[in-house]
Order: sequence, then C-alpha cells, then structure tokens
Amino acid sequence: MDNRVPPLLSGVLCVGIAILYIPILVLIAYSFNASSLVNVWGGFSTAWYGQLIHNRQVLEAALLSVEVGIAASTGAVVLGTLTAIALIRFGRFPGRLLLTGMVNAPLVMPEIITGITQLLLFVSMLQLFSWPHRGFTTIVIAHVAFCTAYVTVTVQSRLQTADRSLEDAAMDLGASPARAFIDVTLPIIAPALLSSWLLSFTLSLDDLVISSFVSGPGAGTLPMVIYSKVKLGVSPDINALASLIICAVGACVIFAGLVMRRSERRRLLELQAAER
Amino acid sequence: MKRIDRPGRWLIILPPLLYLLIFFLIPFAVALKISFAETAPRVPPFTDILSFTPDHHLKLSLSFGNYKYLVTDEVYGIAYLYSLRTAFFSTLICLALGYPMAYAISRASKSAQSILLFIIILPFWTSFLLRVYALEGIIRDNGLLNNALLYLGLIKQPLHIMRTSVAVYLGIIYSYLPFMVLPLFATLEKLDHTLREAAADLGSPPWSVFREITLPLSMPGVIAGSMLVFIPAVGEFVIPSLLGGPNNLMIGRVLWDEFFGNHDWPVASAVAIAFLVLLVGPIALYQYYNVRQLEA
Repeated sequence: MDNRVPPLLSGVLCVGIAILYIPILVLIAYSFNASSLVNVWGGFSTAWYGQLIHNRQVLEAALLSVEVGIAASTGAVVLGTLTAIALIRFGRFPGRLLLTGMVNAPLVMPEIITGITQLLLFVSMLQLFSWPHRGFTTIVIAHVAFCTAYVTVTVQSRLQTADRSLEDAAMDLGASPARAFIDVTLPIIAPALLSSWLLSFTLSLDDLVISSFVSGPGAGTLPMVIYSKVKLGVSPDINALASLIICAVGACVIFAGLVMRRSERRRLLELQAAER
Repeated sequence: MKRIDRPGRWLIILPPLLYLLIFFLIPFAVALKISFAETAPRVPPFTDILSFTPDHHLKLSLSFGNYKYLVTDEVYGIAYLYSLRTAFFSTLICLALGYPMAYAISRASKSAQSILLFIIILPFWTSFLLRVYALEGIIRDNGLLNNALLYLGLIKQPLHIMRTSVAVYLGIIYSYLPFMVLPLFATLEKLDHTLREAAADLGSPPWSVFREITLPLSMPGVIAGSMLVFIPAVGEFVIPSLLGGPNNLMIGRVLWDEFFGNHDWPVASAVAIAFLVLLVGPIALYQYYNVRQLEA
C-alpha cells in the first residue's frame, strides 16, 4: 500500500497548523511596530522592549513568577517521580486507585474549580493553624499539585520502557534497592526529569486562574499583571512582553524536546547494539 | 530476586499520596462544607456550620439557601446551559478539524511525524493567556482578518467578531486544538495497518475502510481527545472574559464574579460543587479510557 498522505488531509493539517501559529507570529511582528496605534504600521522599532526594562510592576511580577516556577517545578518533579515509581513498579497496593485518580484529575479539572477549592482550604488552614499566609507559599503549593500530574505522565512513560533487568542485576550484585535506583535507574530517567522540570516551569509561569485565587494582596504573578493590563485594552508594550515570554517558553519547550529526543535515540542505538 | 520491602514502599507512596490528598482532594470537602454556610461580614466571609451552643453542645447548622438560590436565580441555569452548549459544539469542531490532522500525521514518515508532532505540541505549552490575547489581534474590528477581507474586497464593513459567541468559539478551538490532536494521534499511530490493507485488498473502497475499521478502532482516542477539550472548555474563564461579550456568560466567569465581585464565598462554593457534580460523568469517562489505554 502506498504511504502517501492524501492531499485533502495534508491540506487540513496545513490549515490547522496555520491557525495555531498565525496569531502568535502576528503578535510578535506587531511588538516591533513603532506606532502606538495597534492597527497602523509605523516602521520597525524596539522601543516597546526598552520601555519594559523601566516598568517596575512588570519586573517585580516577572521575578515572583520565576521564583514560583523554580520552586513549584522542583517540588513537582520530586512528587511526580515518586508517583511514577509507585504506579509503574509497585503493582497493586492500597490507595493505588486513589493515587491514579488524584494524579490524573488535575489534567482535566477546570482550573477555576481547583483554584476556588484550594483557596477555601488555605483560608480554613490559616484559621486553624495560622499557616499558610496567602502569597508565594500558597501559589507554590497549588502549582506543585497540578504540575505533579504532568511530571508523572512524562516520567511514567520513560520508566515503562526502561530495562528493569539492569536494576535487578545491580541488586543481585549486592546493591540496596535505593542504591540500584540511584546508580542505574536515575541516569536512565534523568532526561525525562529534566524535560518535565522545564515543562512544569512553563506551566507554572503561565498559570493565571489558580494563582489569582490563591495569591494574597501584593503578590501578583506575571500572568495576573498581564491579564489586568489586557482587560484595559490592547497596548504595544504588552505585545513586547508577550513576545518575550512566548520566545522564552518556546526555547524551554524546544530544549526539553531535544533532550527527550536525544535520549530516545541513544536508547534505540543501545538496543540495536545489544541485539547484535 | 530482591525487591523493595513493603514498609519501604510507603516511603515512596506516601509523600505524593498525602500531598495530593491534602492539597487536591480535601479542598473539595472544604468547598462542600462552605457551600452549606451563610455569608457573614467578617474574615473569612462566611459562618461556621459547626458551633458550640452556650451549654457546650456541638451544633450543626446547615444552610441549603445557596443551592436554592442556584435553582431560583436563572443566571446560573443560563450560564450552565450556555457553557455546556459552547463546550459541546467547540469539541465537535475541534474533532472535525483535529481528526484529519492526526490522521495525516499518523500516515507521514517517522521523521516527519516527530517534527509535525512537535509543531502541534509547541503552542500547547505556550502561554494560554498570551495566545488568547494574540487571537484578539487577529479578530478585532481593525485586526488582521478584517483588514485582509476588506483589502480583498470580500466584505464592505468590518465583521464584528469580538465580544460575540463566535469569538468564544474561535478562542476555544484555537486554544484546545492540540489537546484533540495528540490523543487521536496516539491511538491512530498504534493502529494495525495490516487490517486496513486487508480490507482494501478485499475490495473495500477507502471510505468504508475508514468507517468500518479506522474509526471504530480509534474511538478511545476520539473520547480521550473530546473529554480533554470538553471538560476544561466548560469551565473556561479566560476566553469568555477576554473575547466574549456580556451575553457570553459562561459558568467560569460567573464563579469568578461571584468570588471577586460579590465576595459571596458560600454561593461561589455551591456553584463550584454543582459544577463538579455536572462534570463527574465526563471525568469518569475520561479516566476509564485513559486507564484502559495505559494498560493496553
């Protein structure tokens, strides 16, 4: 059978990809517009980027978002890896169904529900234990909860294809399970850990709804600042800010993709070598 | 063969289990509790449903007023229905557009496949809020779409898309298309090509090969993709808030306003709980197919 893709299908594919990319490309193009009128092209300029550097509100929000992102993705990688190990390696255990459900639900749960319920929890906890105060801490806690789901999915699929006999061999040679995991399994899943860290970071950096609910006064993340600016109307300095964020996130995702691809290729090569 | 001993396992299972229990599951119980409280002018702005009477008896006072309010005030019913309808039709359009895309990718060569998939995944990770904002630049009255159509002479007056249902639909389709393509591709790729070839060799025309073999076998992907679009779309806040008009009242927006505008936390909790009850069916369906696909 010929493996050619029918032209109609390729056409739909091209249209779909165009729909996904045109708005972003137009946004980036307009960020270099010298005119402050959004619909008039006034020549090439980087003035809007220059203005951002002097915008304290934006800079402070960006700093907070990056701090939250680093803390949340680190926490999520730890919890997500533990979850993946439990689900792939431990077979049946009490609470397995509960864990699977809780790790998958955030992938589809509307953010507004997660945000509202978590805020109510934090408020009740504050009443009972005088902790946590709304702000950095609560945003990180909430982000870890939903990023863990994405980390688990990524690490799970890597762990599934990892050769278990290597770990068994290490243990037969006298390594403790923890040693065997650190020396043998961890290097195998390391690329998945790195790429899921990067993806968690982009998710955290992007979150508006959950952060808006759980953050406290004075703690505005970058998406919260952008949302309040966008609500007031399209403005050229948001175009510049948005372009910067899109490029930074794009670089993170491309890097994460390359890491995964390289490790996958190496795995296939090793497999071929082993078969020979 | 030595395996991690049973007590040791709990060191690995317990941290994520407890974390998600406390910070993901218990919050729903807290919301359920508060949905039975009444608003009060204090911090936090609601009454306790458990209190001690002067003679030290524990008293439980549940108020069903919030739920009664949901039924009697027609805003909530309208918002629920509008959200369901919008999410349903957006999902159908995503499916109609996403299925051929996923199918085309699954038929491409291996090297083209990984590049195409990456092209689809990249916007999926790129800031959701900023993509919605970028779409506004295309569809507003003096945006790219209207300018292009005016230039081509296809229209005389700019189309008013912003602040209408059409803008909300476009926003959802644009934002959620990758969620549809990825699971569809995952099932289509695993499909046994020999079945299709066998049917074609036995004389089936391409359309009936598709209808009899490809489509039924790709149903898990269709359902997973549809649920991944439908469930978050029902609760969408950013899209109706930025692209929709005052008439495009989706439940996510009502919740947001109830919370930040009216500061009525008990009613907001009741809206959230009622909303969740509505979503239990679709979420269970998604989980069922998800688990089946993982085990396959």
